[in-house]
Amino acid sequence: MTSVLSFFFFCSPMRHLSLLSYRCHYSRPSPSPSTLLLLLLLPSTKPPRKGVAGNGTGNVTHKKAFPVLSLDYHHIQTPFEISLWVLLASLMKLGFHLIPRLSGIVPESCLLIVVGLMVGGLIKLAGEEVPPVLDSQFFFLCLLPPIILDAGYFLPIRPFMENLGTILIFAVIGTLWNAFFIGGLLYAVCQIQPANPSNLHQLELLPCLLFGSIVSAVDPVAVLAVFEEIHINELLHILVFGESLLNDAVTVVLYHLFEEFSEVGTVTVLDCVLGIISFLVVACGGVLVGAIYGILAAFTSRFTSHTRVIEPLFVFVYSYMAYLSAEMFHLSGIMALIACGAVMRPYVEANISHKSHTTIKYFLKMWSSVSETLIFIFLGVATVDGKHDWNWTFVTVTVILCLVARVIGVVGLTYMINKFRIVKLTTKDQFIIAYGGLRGAIAFSLGFLLKKELFPLREMFLTAIITVIFFTVFVQGMTIKPLVELLAVKKKQEAKRSINEEIHTQFLDHLLTGIEDICGHYGHHHWKDKLNRFNKKYVKKCLIAGERSKEPQLIAFYHKLEMKQAIELVESGGGVKMPSAMPSTVSMQNIQPKKPPLAKPVERALPQLPKGREEEIRKILRSNLQRTRQRLRSYNRHTLVADPYEDGLGDLLIKKQKMIELEKKIKDMNNYLTVPAAPPDSPTMCRARLASDPQAYHTKSVSDSVPAIQVDLASPQSPDSVNMMDEFRRAGQQQQQQEDQGLTMRPPSRPGEAGGARDPQKLTRCLSDPGPSADEEEDEPFLP
Amino acid sequence: MGALQSLPGHPEYADLAEKTGFSFEQISILHKRFKQLSHNEQTLRRDHFNEIPDLSCNPIRSQIIEAFFDQRNFHQNSEGKVQEIGFEEFLVVMSHFRPPSLHMTDDQRESVRKEKLRFLFNMHDTDNDGTITLEEYRHVVEELLSHSGALGKDTAKSIADAAMLEVASISMGHMEPDEFYEGITFEHFLKLLSTFEIESRMNIRFLNMDTTTLCK
Repeated sequence: MTSVLSFFFFCSPMRHLSLLSYRCHYSRPSPSPSTLLLLLLLPSTKPPRKGVAGNGTGNVTHKKAFPVLSLDYHHIQTPFEISLWVLLASLMKLGFHLIPRLSGIVPESCLLIVVGLMVGGLIKLAGEEVPPVLDSQFFFLCLLPPIILDAGYFLPIRPFMENLGTILIFAVIGTLWNAFFIGGLLYAVCQIQPANPSNLHQLELLPCLLFGSIVSAVDPVAVLAVFEEIHINELLHILVFGESLLNDAVTVVLYHLFEEFSEVGTVTVLDCVLGIISFLVVACGGVLVGAIYGILAAFTSRFTSHTRVIEPLFVFVYSYMAYLSAEMFHLSGIMALIACGAVMRPYVEANISHKSHTTIKYFLKMWSSVSETLIFIFLGVATVDGKHDWNWTFVTVTVILCLVARVIGVVGLTYMINKFRIVKLTTKDQFIIAYGGLRGAIAFSLGFLLKKELFPLREMFLTAIITVIFFTVFVQGMTIKPLVELLAVKKKQEAKRSINEEIHTQFLDHLLTGIEDICGHYGHHHWKDKLNRFNKKYVKKCLIAGERSKEPQLIAFYHKLEMKQAIELVESGGGVKMPSAMPSTVSMQNIQPKKPPLAKPVERALPQLPKGREEEIRKILRSNLQRTRQRLRSYNRHTLVADPYEDGLGDLLIKKQKMIELEKKIKDMNNYLTVPAAPPDSPTMCRARLASDPQAYHTKSVSDSVPAIQVDLASPQSPDSVNMMDEFRRAGQQQQQQEDQGLTMRPPSRPGEAGGARDPQKLTRCLSDPGPSADEEEDEPFLP
Repeated sequence: MGALQSLPGHPEYADLAEKTGFSFEQISILHKRFKQLSHNEQTLRRDHFNEIPDLSCNPIRSQIIEAFFDQRNFHQNSEGKVQEIGFEEFLVVMSHFRPPSLHMTDDQRESVRKEKLRFLFNMHDTDNDGTITLEEYRHVVEELLSHSGALGKDTAKSIADAAMLEVASISMGHMEPDEFYEGITFEHFLKLLSTFEIESRMNIRFLNMDTTTLCK
């Protein structure tokens, strides 16, 4: 690069007037794009000004022209390169999905490793030094945490807890078995080497065991990457994935143990005992640290109702600090991170706004996705770069032993575990568990950390580790999908969680707890119930703000469901189209038991609106609108045409489509009503719009011939509410009794409760319902 | 199951084991519990159940207790409620919670599913008419949310309504506006919970119990 620039200087007639800076500090050659840039800039230099030309000829020090444009790569080198890598990773990810057939056959991880290999090869060809990208520091502190946090935060707690015993046995005993089996047999094989004067004889037992412990751990990154694409059923997924997460503690302990012993050279019984104690400390300590940070995060989120914007930051920072704190004490950082995410999630989600929730979800997914991509690319790059020491015996024996150990381990452990499980693991399950034991970058990084002085065969180890990783990721990763199809393993159920299932889940929980109590048996369900009650009574009050602390799970679920359906409705764009969950024409009137007709006789098939009703409805509507006007306190920067207070396009869409629905219904209704047909805009609505009230489009307006249910989406205190107003209002409503109208036919609120009334978000489940007036009995459905 | 070892002094266990599928050990443990609950009488009554302290904070307590006195659960093809039950009926009701064995054919699995779902259905259908009406379903949800005070009561209705709507949609598909959905029949109930995997969830581990140490 320097040479190119000096070339420019040579060429340019007026050296001292060159518009290009000669502050060229380049520590390493920069890539060619900057060369091109310079080449482009040169012709644009202006001819020299005469004024300065007349300086003393022999004078070297002349006045330097002010550099209008300069190039300083060193200044931004590190962030630039990091960004380039991230950009490369993202572009690769993008590219793979544009080639549909490829992503179906080959798992993404394989493709990324190949890309890494290519990039590494390119860099090497260019004669440059390959950056030590998979530097252990960088890997463990920057690349790994996002993936683990993403996994921990979204860990499905219920199946995890139900299978915790199995997962622990696989993670702890399985990994121990693997490590000792592989290490021991490798040592044996190395010792029995015939006259071949390889350096394998130098290999002692302890380094072998250390190698065994590094290569035996199932890797969460690889498992996630591959299993995500095969959509296997939840049980198997959580078993393999849980094992890959929890075996970190074992790996950490074994690694440090053997490393220490390698320095010393001998092992005593005391050391073994200390090792076991150390394992307990590492595992439980990690979980404890994570739980503490999780509770702190939950507690902090209780007070964030006024500063919604930085809510996601708390989640991320507390989790990362949990990881770092655990690593500081050489505890298991992964377990800390999982514990933190899992502990804080229920409370944080109850406290934060809907938007923050979305932010957290997307940020976590984004970071973990980029991390994962980078890890695989770097694996490829590091493969090209590293000094390899290929030893046929060692490598092949390692690969074979890994497979064999895994199979034997899984089969043996399952035999024991099945004695205690209600849902036994079948042979198919065992096969998938064994086959899904993929190794990944963690093994490589741990190998990388080995000190050369203590382990002279470090390169050989690294080569073997990389081979194992490649084998598992490529061979097992690529073939697991066809195998799953072939063996007809149960796949993940795509069905949506319905409200019925949720009701019955809860019902079953209580039922089983009750039966256990009747049996006098303090079992699984009993303790779970006790924990739940403790949680509800004390913990939730502490960690969840406001009224949400009392909300039972069923109701929370119900709110979420409604929210989802609302969003679906908006996205589907049609007002008259039914939500996808219910593609039928069944409406509430089909379900409600028939009641004796009201005062007004019903003449036609379709129920009608009695005259008196309309007036009552108008009254309700008016009071509704007034109350809504009182509620508006927030300033909103998104001003749409007719509604200065409109909260966002989403709301407008919902309202607009309800308006369309309404108009349709009114047109239908006009044929049936005995009252004169109301104009598309009822007087109330006109008045409302004149007052530029966002509730102008409020659905609770016009009377309707076909009554149905309106689903109330969000109560004022529900953080699931999409409405920004809620969040501002919530502060002022902490004392109010939460009252959820949901599907009832009652008026949105009683006159006595200012501000406790409904949020403008209403989703018509089937057809809109005007709602009876305030002074009616609530239980009477609005059906004649 | 099926092993003909007879416990000394309890030849009648063979009969019960045959009927309910429990092993002799399990039967003797449950018998001990039965005697404990009934204060060594021959039959259990409702107030015996009410004495169990742990059960008192269970929101669906009354429904669970009623299930024990519901003749439909006795596999005797009779209906109605009784006032007291003997050990055999106790055991039969408990057998609904037995975990399925490892090697079962699909038919057997299906029949186990049906049996368990029938039990649940009977719990919901309190008036014995073979359908779960809206009122009954509302009652179920209300009981579940009964510990939440006034908040629960209002939402319970909406949740029950939504759930009922879902059942109707799944089962009936298309309905005219003036048609009326009577209630959830057993077939609809089966269809509704077809993905629920009840045979693996509705189970109690009966063997690892040592009830004599617990004086409840």
